[in-house]
Amino acid sequence: MQETGTKLGESKCPELLEAFPQAILSVDDYLGDLSVSVRAADIRPIVHFLKETPSQCYEFLMDLFGMDYEGYAREMPGRFAVVYGFYSYSRKARLRLKAFLTQHEIDSIHDIYKAANWFEREAFDMFGIHFKGHPNLKRILCHHEFKGHPLRKDFPSNNYQRLRTALPSTEL
Amino acid sequence: MLETIKTTEARPASDESKWMRLNLGPSHPATHGTLRVFVELDGEIIRNMKLEIGYLHRCFEKMSETHTWNQVIPYTDRLNYVSAMMNNVGYVMAVEKLLGIEVPKRTQRIRVIMCELSRIIDHFVAIGTNAVDVGALTCFWYFFRERENIYDLFEAVCGARLTTSFTRVGGLYKDLPDGWTQWCRKVLGNLPRSLDDVEGLLTSNRIWIDRTRGVAPISKEDALDYGFTGPCLRACGVPYDVRKAHPYYDYDKFDWSVVTEDEGDTYARYLVRLGEMRESMKIIEQALDDLPDGPVNVDDWSITLPPKEEVYGSIEGLMAHFKLIMHGIKPPAGEVYSYTEAANGELGFFVVSDGTGRPFRVRVRPPCFAIYQAFPQMCVGQTISDAIAALGSLNVVAGELDR
Repeated sequence: MQETGTKLGESKCPELLEAFPQAILSVDDYLGDLSVSVRAADIRPIVHFLKETPSQCYEFLMDLFGMDYEGYAREMPGRFAVVYGFYSYSRKARLRLKAFLTQHEIDSIHDIYKAANWFEREAFDMFGIHFKGHPNLKRILCHHEFKGHPLRKDFPSNNYQRLRTALPSTEL
Repeated sequence: MLETIKTTEARPASDESKWMRLNLGPSHPATHGTLRVFVELDGEIIRNMKLEIGYLHRCFEKMSETHTWNQVIPYTDRLNYVSAMMNNVGYVMAVEKLLGIEVPKRTQRIRVIMCELSRIIDHFVAIGTNAVDVGALTCFWYFFRERENIYDLFEAVCGARLTTSFTRVGGLYKDLPDGWTQWCRKVLGNLPRSLDDVEGLLTSNRIWIDRTRGVAPISKEDALDYGFTGPCLRACGVPYDVRKAHPYYDYDKFDWSVVTEDEGDTYARYLVRLGEMRESMKIIEQALDDLPDGPVNVDDWSITLPPKEEVYGSIEGLMAHFKLIMHGIKPPAGEVYSYTEAANGELGFFVVSDGTGRPFRVRVRPPCFAIYQAFPQMCVGQTISDAIAALGSLNVVAGELDR
């Protein structure tokens, strides 16, 4: 099952595998979703390749979010991952890129896709993942005085914090 | 068509020390939700704009991890609360993909009808409040009269008007009540009148055109780069619609077309929404014509609740009911991304199961989040009143933006 998923996935993205043989950890095709796991260190060249290469041509960064695989049913290459959802309108193709982190940091891609700016802030807010080179890496959904990163698995869901001061306009 | 007067002229910026710094919101009549917009004004021209969001953050993704798969559905109502049905459908589609099941044809058709009715009321709110913001109250009432009728239809199927929670994983809460389809046709029959009325009031209205044409435009390239989807993207000339590009629920079998405009401004977004409502009506009529009989739930007691006669009449039924309520559905471990065309664009759900009764992770891809991010770029150099007109046309729903 896992084997065929990998083979099927690899046949769907030969160019990516050829261009970054070292960076790619695994390829999977589960229920039609092509998913490629990569090393976090190589994220910028890979994302650049996906956007600019004519054979790839992923115009959309549809989604970007963090994942915490602590306690997950399957073995994963790391606890934290940043997941990128790419979509190519011209090729009607989707690609999910999972960058597994070794430290809590990864390069920002805000200058490659403008959409990444807020999505990276959200991943920082929810998981404490640091995006190197991001121009305004602050909390976006949680209150600025909030303690902790709520979507981490070790963060209790009933952790209430009383917060009331508004963010000064100079810090927006 | 009338000539457009340019609402803003390129004017050299005055001394920065004379600029006025102003907070709009988080509670402001023109924001229709809790959004904080901080602007630096040079006279009436916006020179700089910063946004703060998160005022309506209710931890949707965290809460989902503490509930069973079906218990998440009421939370999805509160994402885009203007068209709750579409969130219900989008979420259960993701879970059904994970389970590898296909819902019966009748359920698919009913979901299509509900989604398209929701799209219509969502566009009613978008255009109606957009017009209110620029001072045209009449259109709002013309639309809201019909919107009430559609809410009556929703109330008849699920008991709720706004927060519907109508879908279930593997089916629906209930089948349609008797006579609902005739009632729906009657409501649909009244829609063209209100659409024509509003079109007559706005489309070639000098004031409306002056207030919206050329206001807050965005180029096709920027819209793609920012991840725009839905009417805002189609107003830039990109005919991307999930219903056409990746058809689900037989959308490719219905006869309808994608509405696009090229200008990418507030007026184009208005035209796209107006056109989409007429297309949605076409889809609903075809779905009503082709509504098969049969059950609405999949015949699998590990996914949908057994009929009440079985629960009270057989031990198997009782056990299946108990297991499903207490432990929930248990999809196999894995992760999928499922996406639908919601009123504001691509609504995506990335769901991860670890094989237990609760989601390991539910991630929503809210269309508003990507769109609202571009708001400062669209408004800098224009006036405050233009920004108000533009905000309405983006149809930012805070519930979906902040989750």
